[in-house]
Amino acid sequence: MLSDDELGIIALSLKVALTSVAFSLPLAIAVAYLLARREFPGKTLLDAVVHLPLVLPPVVVGFALLVLFGRQGWIGARLADWFGIVVAFRWTGAALAAAIMGFPLMVRAIRLSFAAIDRRLETVGRTLGGSRAWVFLSITLPLGLPGIISGVVLAFARSLGEFGATITFVSNIPGETQTLPLAIYSLTQTPNGDAQALRLSIVAVVLSIVALVAAQWLARHPRFGGAERARG
Amino acid sequence: MLEVDVEQQLGDFELKVAFRAEAPVVGLFGRSGAGKTSLVNALAGTARPRRGRIVVNGETLFDRDRGIDLPPERRRLGYVFQDALLFPHLKVEANLHYGYRRAGAATRVIEPDQVIDLLGLRALLERYPDRLSGGEKQRVAIGRALLAQPRLLLMDEPLASLDMQRRDEVLRYIELLRDSLHIPIVYVSHSVAEITRLADSIVLLAEGRIVAVGDVDEVMSRLDLRPLTGRYEAGAVIDSTVVAHDPHYGLTTLAFDGGELSVPSVEALVGERVRVRIRARDVSLALSRPEGISIVNVLPSTVAKVADDASPIVDVQLLVGSVPLLARITRRSVVELGLAEGLPVYALIKAVSFDRRSVGYA
Repeated sequence: MLSDDELGIIALSLKVALTSVAFSLPLAIAVAYLLARREFPGKTLLDAVVHLPLVLPPVVVGFALLVLFGRQGWIGARLADWFGIVVAFRWTGAALAAAIMGFPLMVRAIRLSFAAIDRRLETVGRTLGGSRAWVFLSITLPLGLPGIISGVVLAFARSLGEFGATITFVSNIPGETQTLPLAIYSLTQTPNGDAQALRLSIVAVVLSIVALVAAQWLARHPRFGGAERARG
Repeated sequence: MLEVDVEQQLGDFELKVAFRAEAPVVGLFGRSGAGKTSLVNALAGTARPRRGRIVVNGETLFDRDRGIDLPPERRRLGYVFQDALLFPHLKVEANLHYGYRRAGAATRVIEPDQVIDLLGLRALLERYPDRLSGGEKQRVAIGRALLAQPRLLLMDEPLASLDMQRRDEVLRYIELLRDSLHIPIVYVSHSVAEITRLADSIVLLAEGRIVAVGDVDEVMSRLDLRPLTGRYEAGAVIDSTVVAHDPHYGLTTLAFDGGELSVPSVEALVGERVRVRIRARDVSLALSRPEGISIVNVLPSTVAKVADDASPIVDVQLLVGSVPLLARITRRSVVELGLAEGLPVYALIKAVSFDRRSVGYA
C-alpha cells in the first residue's frame, strides 16, 4: 500500500518525534516542577524563555539553532570537538528542533497538573518520613501523571508536524532529515506529486488521531490517569 | 514531653510562645487566628521559627542557637490535618503503609494489624480514598500517622470537617488509641467539648501568645479566662469512676471526690474512669436541700467565687468537696439568694443534661 520510500519517511518521522519527546521529558518535568512549586530569582525569565518557541516564528528558532549548533556554531563546534557529536544536517538535529518546538507545550501541561496537586499532600508525605525526592517520586509524579501524558502527546504531535525550524536547521535531506511534513512539502513542489502528497497527508492525519486516542485511553486507564479513579 | 519556646513572624502576625507540657494529651486551645496552626507547623517542621527551640521527649528537633533544624521527615511527629489528606492514588492499605515503610525497622513498635484492628479499618483496605466517608478517611489518616512510628501525634482540628455523628465516631477512636498506645498527643481545637473530653492539660493561646497553661479542669473553670474559653460553652470537667449501672431506668452512677452523679447510661464497666463535662447553664443553685423535685443530682457545695461583671447573667464558681463546678444563674438570683464566697449551697443538675458528648473515657 505504501512504498518503501514512504515507509522510510514515516519511520524517520516517528524516530525523530520519539527521540525528541524522550530526551525533553525529564527536563520538562524538572522545569515544570520548578515553575509550579518553587520561588526563585529569574523565575519570570525562565518562564518566558520556555515559552519563546511558542511565539517566535519557527524559522527564527531554526536559524538560532543553526547559529548555535551548526558545525561552526558556539555549541555545535564544541560538541563536535569534545564528543564527536554533530547534529547539523542530521536526523538528531531534526529531533533537537522538534524537542525545542514541543517543549513549551509539554512544560505547560505538566506544570498545570503539578500546580493542581494539593501541596499539603506533599507536606503529609514529608511528616510521614519521606525525603523531598521520595515525596516527589511517590506523590507528586504519580498525581501529575495525567498532565505528563497529555504533555507527552502534545509534544509528540507537535514534533510529527514540525516544519519551519527543522527545514531551516537541518535542511530537507531525503533519508536523513526529510520527515513527513518536509516530504509532503517537497512533493507539492514536484510535478505530479499531488497524489503522493495526499497519501502522506492521510498518514499524518491518522498518526495524529492515533496519538490523541492513545492519550485519552491512557488518561482513563486506572493505572495511569486520575479520571476513572476519581469517578470511582 | 514537650518543651517549646519559639518566636515567629508571619506577616503582621507574631507568634511568641514558650511552655512545657507533660501529659498524655495536651490540648492546644484558642479561637481561630490565635496561632494554633502556626505553632503546629513550627513543631512539624513545615515552618521555620525566627528564634527558639523545640524539644520532644528529650530530643531536640529545633534549636536556632545551636543550628539544629531537623527536616519534617526526621522529626517523626505524626501530623493529622483537618482534612484527612489521604493520597488519592493509593488504596487505603498503601496509604497506611506509606510512613511504616519509611520508618526504620528499629523504630517499629506499632504494627499495621494492631492499628487496623484498633481503628476498625480491616474492611476498607482495598478501597481508594474517594470511596470512604469523612469519618473513615480521618480514621485512615490517623492510622497512617500512627504507623509512621511517631514520637508524638499532632492533631490539628481533626474533627472540624466532620458532621456531628462522624465527630463522635472519630472521637471514640482517638480515646481508644490514647488509652492503648501510649503515644503523647497534642490535640489542637477550638472546641471546648473536644478538648475537655480528651486532654489532660491545656495550652490556651490568644493572638499568638500563651494565656494559660495547666490542668484542663483548672484552666477551663477559671473565670478570668471566660472571654477566651467562651461563655456559651462554660462548664467544668469532673473525673469520676463508674460505681453502678441501673438497667431498669437506664442510668449510671458515677462517683467523684465531691459525691455521686446520676447520668444516662454510660457504656463503661464498673470501676472504669470516665470524664463528665457539666455545662454551667445546666447547674441551678438552692440554699436548702429541695424536696419533691425531679432533679436527680443534688450536690452539697460551697460558693468559691462570684463573677463580678455587671451583666444579667452571672457565673458562680462552686466547690463540691475539692472539685470545682460552675453554675450560670441570673444576677437577680445571686442577689436574692445572697450568694457570697463561702456560703454553703446545693448544686442541682438534671440527669438529662448529660448527653453523649459530655461523657467520655478518662
